[in-house]
Amino acid sequence: MYYIEMHGHMISRTTDDYRDMAMAGCVAVSEPAFWAGWDRRSADSFEDYFGQLTDFEPKRAAQFGIRHMTWLCLNPKEGENRGLATEVIRRIPRFLDRPNVVGIGEIGMNRITRNEIATFNDHVQLAIDHNQMILIHTPHLEDKYKGTRVTIDNLLKYPGLSPERVLIDHAEEHTVGMILENGFYTGLTLYPNTKVSLPRAVDIIERFGAERITISSACDWGPSVPTAVPQLMLEMRRRGHSEALIRKLVFENPSKFLMQSGKFELPRLGIRAEVRQVASAD
Amino acid sequence: MEATCPLTSKQIIDEYFIENRTRLLDVAAFLDRLERSSDGDAADADFRMEAFYRALRILSAGGSDKIEQIQLVFSDPTTEPKEKLDTKSASGAWNPAAGR
Repeated sequence: MYYIEMHGHMISRTTDDYRDMAMAGCVAVSEPAFWAGWDRRSADSFEDYFGQLTDFEPKRAAQFGIRHMTWLCLNPKEGENRGLATEVIRRIPRFLDRPNVVGIGEIGMNRITRNEIATFNDHVQLAIDHNQMILIHTPHLEDKYKGTRVTIDNLLKYPGLSPERVLIDHAEEHTVGMILENGFYTGLTLYPNTKVSLPRAVDIIERFGAERITISSACDWGPSVPTAVPQLMLEMRRRGHSEALIRKLVFENPSKFLMQSGKFELPRLGIRAEVRQVASAD
Repeated sequence: MEATCPLTSKQIIDEYFIENRTRLLDVAAFLDRLERSSDGDAADADFRMEAFYRALRILSAGGSDKIEQIQLVFSDPTTEPKEKLDTKSASGAWNPAAGR
């Protein structure tokens, strides 16, 4: 079965990982800008990073027939630095026309400080000003509930923002309901220890349904599994769920969401028409 | 709770019992390890373990929605932003005393 990896930090992964993902059915990867594990010292550093995301990485993915898409921002872990954030946000527009850029992300909060909220709101305004979609990180562990609530409260202050063009990611049992109730897309992240396990992800789908839910590995430089999405497919089959439901989660929902960017297509033979069919099904 | 899992209860137990038995034993071993700690200090006063024990009590009680209840035990229930960044990483449980 074809699938789309909705959240993979592929610059941290090896070329062998792309090959393994392609062999498991991956046809597209969506890569949000994120934290390098250390704070960058200047906006120039971010420009180099955006160049990597929009030039080098698509070529590396294409070797295995994988379409690479990306989201640009200053990530939540560095959002406290208002001076740096302001300068990075000023420089982002010059990259937005690149063919694999689908929006602004993954923006959000880390420890939910006043500066982080200000940086988040600046990114939201940037997205609105440039008609970009938004991908949002929600904080980890004890900060997730508060961070998700504050994120939604802030988004609701923008009447011009279409919730179906915003994905609030890393949802868990106590946050998925409030995200979906407000009309946003959401993502379940199959990441060891700090996010959702395979059985819990399937439990959430059983409880909340499959509408506007996407699945990702969020694979990065930490312990993580680039083929976690195919592992979820196995877990769903173990429970007796239908192939149609699995396909909706791993291919149709991500396709519908990403098609709104106007840049998402899968040039491999047969896939392009299939994506258009999914997008027009509504 | 509404029946949304396609498996019967026997099928769920057949599929998931052993891996969850293992998880339970890991928790027991973790608590025993704390008892054997090299400094001999009681771990109960640590805010993370206070939350952990509250979560265990939810596990052993009746009722449904245990996962959401436990998620909220570990969560910061406030909505007021922090004035400035205190640390880059979360610790796993909210510390009411530190306001974090």
